[in-house]
Amino acid sequence: MANERMLMKGNEALAEAAVRAGCKCYFGYPITPQTEIAAYMSKRMPKCGGVFLQAESEIAAINMVYGAAATGVRAMTSSSSPGISLKSEGISYAAGCDLPCVVVNVQRGGPGLGGIQPAQSDYYLATKAGGHGDFSVLVYAPSSVQEMADYVVKAFDMADKYRMPAMILSDGLLGQMMEPVVFPEIQDNESPKEWACTGHGNKRRHNIINSLYLKPEELEQSNIERYKKYDIVKAELPEAENYLTEDADIIVTAYGASARIARSAVNAARAEGIKAGLIRPITLWPFPEKAYADTVETAKAYLVVELSMGQMTDDVRLATSCRRPVRFFGRTGGVIHTPAEILAQIKQIAKEELK
Amino acid sequence: MTSEIQLAGFGGQGILFAGKVLAYCGMLADREVSWLPCYGPEMRGGTCNCSVCLSDDPIGSPVVNEPDLLIAMNEPSYTKFITAVKAGGYAFVDSTLVDSADVRSDIHEFRVPATRLADENDLKGGANIILIGKLIKETGVISMDDIEAAIRKIVPAKKAQLIENNLRAIRLGFDYAE
Repeated sequence: MANERMLMKGNEALAEAAVRAGCKCYFGYPITPQTEIAAYMSKRMPKCGGVFLQAESEIAAINMVYGAAATGVRAMTSSSSPGISLKSEGISYAAGCDLPCVVVNVQRGGPGLGGIQPAQSDYYLATKAGGHGDFSVLVYAPSSVQEMADYVVKAFDMADKYRMPAMILSDGLLGQMMEPVVFPEIQDNESPKEWACTGHGNKRRHNIINSLYLKPEELEQSNIERYKKYDIVKAELPEAENYLTEDADIIVTAYGASARIARSAVNAARAEGIKAGLIRPITLWPFPEKAYADTVETAKAYLVVELSMGQMTDDVRLATSCRRPVRFFGRTGGVIHTPAEILAQIKQIAKEELK
Repeated sequence: MTSEIQLAGFGGQGILFAGKVLAYCGMLADREVSWLPCYGPEMRGGTCNCSVCLSDDPIGSPVVNEPDLLIAMNEPSYTKFITAVKAGGYAFVDSTLVDSADVRSDIHEFRVPATRLADENDLKGGANIILIGKLIKETGVISMDDIEAAIRKIVPAKKAQLIENNLRAIRLGFDYAE
């Protein structure tokens, strides 16, 4: 079964890949459209010596992840938008303790209880405001069922490597759809965890996992050190896919589910003689600024396409230093844009910006 | 080439399963495929639909807005989706449950009394697969070999009698003449 193409839902592919990546503890709470992850884990974990636990709430689940991660095991929780709001406090604590763990957000429409259809309106929540305090989490945005599997593996590896929480920012479309997936061969990339609370048998000093610092200078110092680490992450991890951008006049930029729809629109625009291209950020934090900087000399305009009211637009403006017009087109609340709608926007920009 | 397929009917008619069969066919033929279910309140007994794309190129949107092929298994689904079918496209309609007159003259519409055929042939719940049999006959989008392989793949071994039933249903639809 190693290299067989299997037809699976994004949620299930992600769950299976997490197990293969060595996830030993999964704590969850049901919410549409991510419940298949919990359902899959409930069947799979007991068979591979792992732990599945349905917590009493999302808040409990993230704090169980915090506890498990503190012992050095790979731990994961998943939810959808309203549930991720609830987990924010726990994510901040994990970041404050430099704990590696994986949090999956299969986004749905918001704010509030919102709806259950796909959305991308948690971009700010994931990249800017994941909780209180000075911190960031790694954010990966898969765009296919295959990437749901590939990037959860990478999220575990990078979370361990940099000792920080990682998030998979998916959405109801990717979670619910089935596509063929081939599971990656798993390398053992688990970094040694000398910091973990595993019991010391009086052979070493005990480790303490804690985010409380009552002396301001000590807290400041820990934040400064964490941000030095973030500088390394920003240099090493940004990831993006460039599609037909080399000679593109108009660069569409979109992540996740939106990117696949935008790609169809880019192809349609090319068929009509418009030089369009696509930048697809794969890491949303750190944002792949270089992919934009590299195109800003040649591109005439950018079009941000999202299932939100335009939350990624700011990052695109910054990455292009506001040197080119940055337009936005999005649908929200669970409505999904069509390739034709995006094509109409590209044509409008062509008319107005390419004279 | 890309075939965009919409399947729609009541919850419980096997709409999602039929979609899965088609997606498996595509995968076994080494094509790109996507399957997207409705997952709203529809699945709790109302109308249910799913989108399937079969393509030789990577699939962009898995959402089917204008299907090349429609399978409609009840009246509300027929009314809702028949106008969206691309000109020159195909519709396969369960005429046991759909009474409306044809509204499109620019598509190929086939009516099969699939629910009645299923009941008469001791294939309760097989109307969905009967319609797929007709789809194979009229469109050639998927082959008889692939559908057989797909059914053998999806149906678990311990329910082997369902394999035969599904293959019989395919054949019934394939051979049905109006």
